[in-house]
Amino acid sequence: MENEKTVKEQLEERDADTSTPSNDGTKIVFTGDEIASGMDILPGFGTYRNGEKIYSKYVGLIRTGDRVVSVIPLKGVYMPRVRDYIIAEITGVTFSNWTCNINSPYDAAMSPMDVREYIDRGEDISKYYTTGDLLLVKVTAVTKSKYINVGTKDPRCRKLVDGLVANIAPSKVPRLIGKAGSMINMIKDRTGCMISVGQNGLVWLRGEKETIAADCIKIVDEFAHTSGLTDRVSEYLDKKIGKVNPAAIQTESEETAGDGSNE
Amino acid sequence: MSEKKSGKRPDGRAYNDMRPVKMQVGVLKHANGSAYVEFGKTHVYASVHGPKKVHPRHMEDGEKAILRCRYNMIPFSVNDRKRPGYDRRSVEIAKVISEALQPMVFLEEFPKSAIDIDLEITQADAGTRVAALTAASLALADAGIPMRDLVAAVAAGRANGEILLDLTKEEEDAKDAVDMPVAMTHRDNKVMLLQMDGDMSREDLNQMLIVAKEGCAELAKMQKAALREKYKVE
Repeated sequence: MENEKTVKEQLEERDADTSTPSNDGTKIVFTGDEIASGMDILPGFGTYRNGEKIYSKYVGLIRTGDRVVSVIPLKGVYMPRVRDYIIAEITGVTFSNWTCNINSPYDAAMSPMDVREYIDRGEDISKYYTTGDLLLVKVTAVTKSKYINVGTKDPRCRKLVDGLVANIAPSKVPRLIGKAGSMINMIKDRTGCMISVGQNGLVWLRGEKETIAADCIKIVDEFAHTSGLTDRVSEYLDKKIGKVNPAAIQTESEETAGDGSNE
Repeated sequence: MSEKKSGKRPDGRAYNDMRPVKMQVGVLKHANGSAYVEFGKTHVYASVHGPKKVHPRHMEDGEKAILRCRYNMIPFSVNDRKRPGYDRRSVEIAKVISEALQPMVFLEEFPKSAIDIDLEITQADAGTRVAALTAASLALADAGIPMRDLVAAVAAGRANGEILLDLTKEEEDAKDAVDMPVAMTHRDNKVMLLQMDGDMSREDLNQMLIVAKEGCAELAKMQKAALREKYKVE
């Protein structure tokens, strides 16, 4: 009995010295950290409530709104959401369906009904899109058991020809786009590349300096949790292609898939 | 707990001292998440892959993800060459570790998928399962997998009549040795794993729990520090 008491005391001591684990200057929080307390605050994405308190599910960055607190993870897989624009690679064709790899634990299906082209009954659909094709598509449906449908019935959607594909953590896509597209537009302007960013973390690049643009994306991925990210990228571009140079600004202007205000 | 028995242990530690611990996060380039943990001469790599599609398909769960774990001691991790491959012990440890971590992971966020944890023991000197569990928890967090809390694990035990924390192989070989691996969550010390072999009294068990709790608290701080280190800005 005496010992049980000691265990309890120890428990209380432990609680006392680990109750303020986060926020030592950085905004990074860790899995299980307490990030807010009180029923007037709502747990947003990446957080969960236990009693009065709200805890983080991820190693990530805190975002606080008026009443909502959320955590943006620094890593993780893409979970599809309806109306996302994503980059998909066709991995299989059946007589009535395409299967796409969307950089997620789940494959997506694309039906000929959801495609912009008119396809006759019984027609060979691999004439339109076939294995290996890269497409910018829109997520049209996601079910609870994660059946994903995508389609190209949207002005932004199209086939992506040539170029290369870079990777970034899906949760960092808003950072890559920047406020009102500032970051991605800077990369486009300075490198003169065509760039399409998918919410699923795939970025398609085409242009003479596409490898430089790909390096910029790598920088964003690596330093997304720091401030002064635009400066860091701009500095890199200065080094690689010189200071702002009007001749370089002949961008084939290209739509981006996200709008940067993505939660 | 300060009024305790005789002198030091063979390696000069006090009864409630851990061996020198080293932790590093993100050590493997090709895994979604990874960690390296050292408890003295016990060295462990943990890697996490996923969530990803489940193969073989019949293991799939339509409601939630499955958490699979593989524990492996490589042949040169011990004195007598360890015969490579699965054995009774490694299957048990893998099961025990995945079951200790399952309640911590929000598996329901990833239906029909699998999260794979691979644990490689590159060097063994007792306490491999707790070191592996500590590393697995870090690797999961590093992979961006949503979890309720992190888990720290350490072994407590008894050798030559004394309660000790984090036993080495040498100590574990004592005649009256008892070994009790314990895993606890960071925040509220929920016990996620508790195994025991050998005879012990209720009194001993309580003492060991107290010692293990101290050890887990210490490890918890180091785990946070290891994660923080990865995202440090120069």
